Amino acid sequence: MQAFDTLAGVALPMPRANIDTDAIIPQRWLVTVTREGLGTGLFGGWRYDTEGRARPEFILNQPPYRHACILVAGANYGCGSSREHAVWAHLDHGIRAVVAPSFGPIFYENCLNNGLLPVVLADDEVAVLLQQLQHRPGAACRVDLRRQEVTGPDGIVYPFSMDAGRRAALLQGLDDIGMSARQMAQIDAFQARQLREQPWLR
Amino acid sequence: MTTHAAAPRTLFDKLWDAHRIAERPDGRTLVHIDRHLVHDLSSPQAFSGLRAAGRRVRNPERTFAMADHIVATDEDRGDATVPGGTEMIVALRENARAFGIRHFDLGDAGQGIVHVVAPEQGLVHPGMTVVCGDSHTCTLGALGAWAWGIGTSEVEHVLATQTLAMHRPHAMRFYLEGTMDAALSAKDLALHLIRRIGVRGAAAGFVELDGGLVRALSMEARFTLCNMGIEAGARAAVIAPDATTLAYLRARCHALPHLDEALARWAAWHSDAGARYAAEERIDVQLNTPQLTWGITPAQTAGIDETLPQPADAASAQEAAQWQRGYDYMGLRPGARLRGQVVDRVFIGSCTNGRLSDLVQAAAVVKGRRVASRVRAMVVPGSAVVRREAQALGLDRVFKEAGFEWRQPGCSMCVGMNADQVAPGERCVSTSNRNFEGRQGPGARTHLASPQSAAAAAIAGCIVDFRDLGAGDAGL
Repeated sequence: MQAFDTLAGVALPMPRANIDTDAIIPQRWLVTVTREGLGTGLFGGWRYDTEGRARPEFILNQPPYRHACILVAGANYGCGSSREHAVWAHLDHGIRAVVAPSFGPIFYENCLNNGLLPVVLADDEVAVLLQQLQHRPGAACRVDLRRQEVTGPDGIVYPFSMDAGRRAALLQGLDDIGMSARQMAQIDAFQARQLREQPWLR
Repeated sequence: MTTHAAAPRTLFDKLWDAHRIAERPDGRTLVHIDRHLVHDLSSPQAFSGLRAAGRRVRNPERTFAMADHIVATDEDRGDATVPGGTEMIVALRENARAFGIRHFDLGDAGQGIVHVVAPEQGLVHPGMTVVCGDSHTCTLGALGAWAWGIGTSEVEHVLATQTLAMHRPHAMRFYLEGTMDAALSAKDLALHLIRRIGVRGAAAGFVELDGGLVRALSMEARFTLCNMGIEAGARAAVIAPDATTLAYLRARCHALPHLDEALARWAAWHSDAGARYAAEERIDVQLNTPQLTWGITPAQTAGIDETLPQPADAASAQEAAQWQRGYDYMGLRPGARLRGQVVDRVFIGSCTNGRLSDLVQAAAVVKGRRVASRVRAMVVPGSAVVRREAQALGLDRVFKEAGFEWRQPGCSMCVGMNADQVAPGERCVSTSNRNFEGRQGPGARTHLASPQSAAAAAIAGCIVDFRDLGAGDAGL
């Protein structure tokens, strides 16, 4: 996993709630066996017309946002389907952090497992950020995982909290499976006991 | 396992205690996964990751694979599906073979949608931890299993270690009480509940469902209710086993060793009297009319004769905006009614409503009638087993004689990944679980509904109250 420390750059405002993973990456970009190249499908249903041409009115197609690296959105971002392609699409497009009042639970976990930083801020804080970003297209924000702070375009600092273990793993880009695999002996013992007690699980 | 004889425990307390292996240095708990289900959409990258790291599948005997998301549903189908899809089908087949995993492949007598196949094959029991790279894994909680959807990185984690690392999730319980018109189904109930509590109204890692309304549901109806749990934010929606559950299991797990002992143990998976969750809620239901969605989230639901809400009446500006977006996308306006909306497509199937009882209910409406000329309607059984059982009852003839397509099992038009899609701007009454923008195809307008409501819409060519049609010719 790619480590995450500090990130500063253009922030893309998506001022709506319940943006589901079907919207983040529609089904036609899921027909793949790799994790690569999914950035072209990011918000594909909104970004392109039915002929596949870019819709100029969609925010991601507007020049100030082509190199956005932070996304700010409404509540319940990434709800719906478990497709991890939604996270890979952000990363492939160059977005490394998403700020929202809440996240779909599977999307949130998928973010942490891929080095896409999900930041939870209060509703009113996100509302202020969204308003400022819409007012000043191309404005930048800063996300600092070490200090656990988001800095808005106006320099206001919003602290955020996060699980200490997940934060440390993100800062170091740790291999989560490797960490669990170190406890194989305990897994062996658990399974041996479970099969003794519940032989039908065999 | 720590036990305190005096302290009553919730079902979740028991599941958590029974599956904790160890604490990890990062503060998370290593939880054992008893059953792992993998499918064609979310597993290829997990297997590649496993290979790249030089790891093996730790417990292939606890892992089962199904080809369902991308597969074609044509009568004489092979691996060919939409461009690029064949590669996914072949990848799963080769990964299953290479790692020694039982695979319900195309052509297998048990193939079908993972959440339909797993219970029907007796792979899920009360007290199990079950995961799958699919958000609707919550369906399987109907059997008293702690079952939840995961992402591809977690699929890889389970393949490698048969565990997941997690913090103890927030757990809660809903009691559903009240009454429902006997003709209505679990789908009407689920849509009604999501409308009332909202798309995050059950936002928790574990949600136990109990109460008189739940207990009265058949096993298949319980799958439908739990299936929709994730649409209210419940990662797992769990119903403690009772006589209904055990009868279902006895019929499907007969090949298991020590079945009687197993059944006795399974019956014990329930919350102790006096045990309380941190959050408990009672919902009183008086449901008398079929429920359908009108917008682009499952919470945007209305009774068939209600006038659709005015954005000015929304609880917040944000909700008003969401309603307006729903109207714009769906081509509807506030104050209109669902009854009478003209329909182009009807889809009966999916992990929500692709089981035998769903097809029986739909066929009862259809029998002896004709699909309206403007409508293209299809039935996609949830599994090959459901398809055979339905055919044995003659349901295939009922549907085909009415003008429905009778197809091979798969996720089909619920996820819109294969060729089964709704065209831009077309209106579809669908028994699936998500009415998100573009879910059934770019620009597709989806109304989620019960199998009876979908069947009635196909016949009438517009949304109608299926009870007005009465049972079809001589019933079934």
